Amino acid sequence: MKSVIFRTVAPFLTSLMMLFSIFVLLRGHNEPGGGFIGGLIAVSALAIYGIAHGVETVRRAIYFHPMAIAGAGLFAATVAGLISIIARVPFMTGLWIYPSLFGVEIPLSTVMLFDTGVYLVVVGAISSVALSLEERGGE
Amino acid sequence: MDVAALTFLALSLPFVAALVAPVLTRFLGHNAAWLLALVPVATFVHFLGFAPEIAAGEVVTGGYAWIPSFNVSFSWLIDGLSLTFALLISGIGTLIVLYSGGYLKGHPHQGRFLSFILMFMGSMQGLVLSDSFLMLFVFWELTSITSFLLIGFDHGREAARRAALQALVVTGGGGLSLLAGLLILWNVSGITQFSLLLSFGTELRESPFYLAALLLVLGGAFTKSAQFPFHFWLPNAMEAPTPVSAYLHSATMVKAGVYLLMRLNPVLGDTPEWQFLLPLFGAATLVSGAALAVRQTDLKLMLAYTTMASLGLLVLLTGLGSPHAVEAAALYLVAHALFKGALFMVAGIIDHETGSRDLTRLGGLRSAMPLTFAVALAAALSMGGLPPFFGFIAKEEIYEALSSFDRRSMVFAGLTVLGNALMFAVAFAIALKPFLGPKVETPRHAHEAPVLLWLGPAILALKGLSFALMSGLAHRVISSPMSSAIAGEPRTVVVSLVPHIGVPLILSAVTLLIGIVFYLNLDRLRAVMALILADIGWGPDRGFDQFIRGLLRFAVAITRRLQSGRLDVYMTVVFLLIAVVLLATPVRYGELPRAPFFAADVPAHELAIMAIAVAGLFAVVLAADRLTAIVSLGIQGFAVAVIFLLYGAPDLSFTQFMIETLSVVVLALVMTRLRLSPSDHRPLRQKLPDSMIALACGLGFGLFLLRATGAPFDATLTDFYNLYSKSIAHGANVVNVIIVDFRGTDTLGEIAVVMITGLAILSLVRLRAGSLKRGADRSAAEERV
Repeated sequence: MKSVIFRTVAPFLTSLMMLFSIFVLLRGHNEPGGGFIGGLIAVSALAIYGIAHGVETVRRAIYFHPMAIAGAGLFAATVAGLISIIARVPFMTGLWIYPSLFGVEIPLSTVMLFDTGVYLVVVGAISSVALSLEERGGE
Repeated sequence: MDVAALTFLALSLPFVAALVAPVLTRFLGHNAAWLLALVPVATFVHFLGFAPEIAAGEVVTGGYAWIPSFNVSFSWLIDGLSLTFALLISGIGTLIVLYSGGYLKGHPHQGRFLSFILMFMGSMQGLVLSDSFLMLFVFWELTSITSFLLIGFDHGREAARRAALQALVVTGGGGLSLLAGLLILWNVSGITQFSLLLSFGTELRESPFYLAALLLVLGGAFTKSAQFPFHFWLPNAMEAPTPVSAYLHSATMVKAGVYLLMRLNPVLGDTPEWQFLLPLFGAATLVSGAALAVRQTDLKLMLAYTTMASLGLLVLLTGLGSPHAVEAAALYLVAHALFKGALFMVAGIIDHETGSRDLTRLGGLRSAMPLTFAVALAAALSMGGLPPFFGFIAKEEIYEALSSFDRRSMVFAGLTVLGNALMFAVAFAIALKPFLGPKVETPRHAHEAPVLLWLGPAILALKGLSFALMSGLAHRVISSPMSSAIAGEPRTVVVSLVPHIGVPLILSAVTLLIGIVFYLNLDRLRAVMALILADIGWGPDRGFDQFIRGLLRFAVAITRRLQSGRLDVYMTVVFLLIAVVLLATPVRYGELPRAPFFAADVPAHELAIMAIAVAGLFAVVLAADRLTAIVSLGIQGFAVAVIFLLYGAPDLSFTQFMIETLSVVVLALVMTRLRLSPSDHRPLRQKLPDSMIALACGLGFGLFLLRATGAPFDATLTDFYNLYSKSIAHGANVVNVIIVDFRGTDTLGEIAVVMITGLAILSLVRLRAGSLKRGADRSAAEERV
């Protein structure tokens, strides 16, 4: 896209949106948000960056192939379910631990891992489609 | 080991042997046959051990539970009928394995061939010994499949491939018919085992489903046993190597249909339908088979058509159902297996040693192949029904069965005499013409066959003689128990070589006379048959090709119609169906919503948002170009998202916002990618149907939602989640807790779907781009040239 303003703002906007998407993902358990919404926000961020600077830049920026990201997400979600089996409770039962880091108690759970998996699948799958469409659409 | 375990072993041993046959053959060459023949010998000995019990009138059953919940078992039934078959299969099987060792000596795929033969043996063994319906069906289809493999063994030739496919289609299709028939029997009687069915009584015959069951079972039996008009696959199956023809297509597999009819005779037989259909088709097969046999000059084809005729005779006798007819069927079945197996193997020897099996190119072989000549003569004497061979005894009994003086018997007697006379002529044409007369030069220099080749037919021919000479023993062990099993009540066979002056002997003499006349005028007869067949022109064989071609054309037409490959057609069909389901269902069941309830005090900002949604909708419909329409779709979506927000669903609203944004982006991208024209230029006439479908869908969804929300709201689930979200799942956001915890497995499935969809879209995009690129490369290359 030719607009100088858009090209200049896009990287900042993208970074902010990425950050926000992770924030939305992490707070999802107790307040509006979660992996699915977070993922969608991240995809929008990537789409903006792509429109401003071209698909190649986005591909370089995310380093991995989007489908690999989606695959990793599906893997993480499945592992989150399987951990429960190792702990001898039914598949997908949420497990929680509360380690303390510098005096702050941080709740971690398999549910968290699962939601991160959802986030990654959404980011990977949808951005992969959007990017491939964008890539050749501009020819 | 107990008897049950041993029987199970005997049933599975051929399959094990089939597994090791290729390896053994690699190490031992054709001599592996000697070792592999031990398997059928072992099963033969095992089943022979049952003979005293069976001869005493007992029935042995055994087995294991297979699917107990459906009352399906892996079980066997050994009575006179199945024992005779088991002994024939393993006995002749032994000889065939040996014969194959000699016949395919040095063939690169001899191991594979022996493996197929043993597999077939196991299937056939299982078929005749099956007690449970389902097991019978499984083995029935297995024989079809192994027969397919064996006929197509020489897969380099197109004729062999076609014959194999034809046999599979005909017999496999018949198998499905049989399955349907057996399921009806199962449903009517509630029984899944033959041993129980046989004592079920007459209820089956009186059931309204009797005719359907009978026709379906006959569909299976007639295709398998090559009854007219399903006979055409049998002569074509002669493309298979000769051991296969001798074993499958004369002695055993083609008799599976006859076996089934005999097995079911006590429960399905003795009705007007049975006594009409079976003799009718049997007689038609007998006469047409015998007549077609005369037409041929190829030894194997002549034998194939006489086999068809013999099968017709067996079906005819089974259908008549009188005591003598049943006994005659039992005797003739055994006699036929012996002499036809031997004659096929003789034909194979002649082919193998001289390089030709055309009757007109053979002659004077008696001095080169004396042993083969003797075997052929012995088998032909039995086939022609002359004493002192077993065939004579069988024929006496056949004529005894037909010698009552009502019109029906006389018609069938006449047809049988004609068929037998023709078969007599063919038998001696095969046994005499290649061996007598002046010596004819053959492609290969003829000499006597090696022991592996002549052993089998010689033993079979001798059996035909010894069974007749010791008819008392043969009847006690085989014929009487078998007849009893077919009839469903104790029978004793008494006929012997000593002829009684009576109608049967006269009929035999007449057959002999006509047969000799036919034999002497065989060439003239052949010419006449050729003329008749040329006049008819069309036959079931060509009909099969036409049927297959028609089927393909039909499938292509249907596929073209349903799978046009145009997205707009698919979309139209899908949405039309959605509209029909949404509108027709509530009308049909009176589930239309009552008039919607409008709240009087809607706040002004809510009304404004709704107005925006409606405005967006109009903007979509009225937009001048597609891009505007896509963006306007976003307006409407955002308005809905705001409404979600106002009604306390922030998660839903949030998601809706993101989805709307992304779909506008993706739709715009797709539009530019597909290079659509900026606006829709179609005339109103074409747009109207689409808009009607859209309106109908919208109306349907609207009604559906009104109806759904009109029902009183059940708050049980809401309360549950609100109550336990924090305490069980440690989360305050109920929506998210439901997604990742309460219904986490659902979500796992959903994200898998998201990923797979992404992959599918990606590959579609790549595919299209790739083909465009390749096309460009090609045109560039062409330019350079």
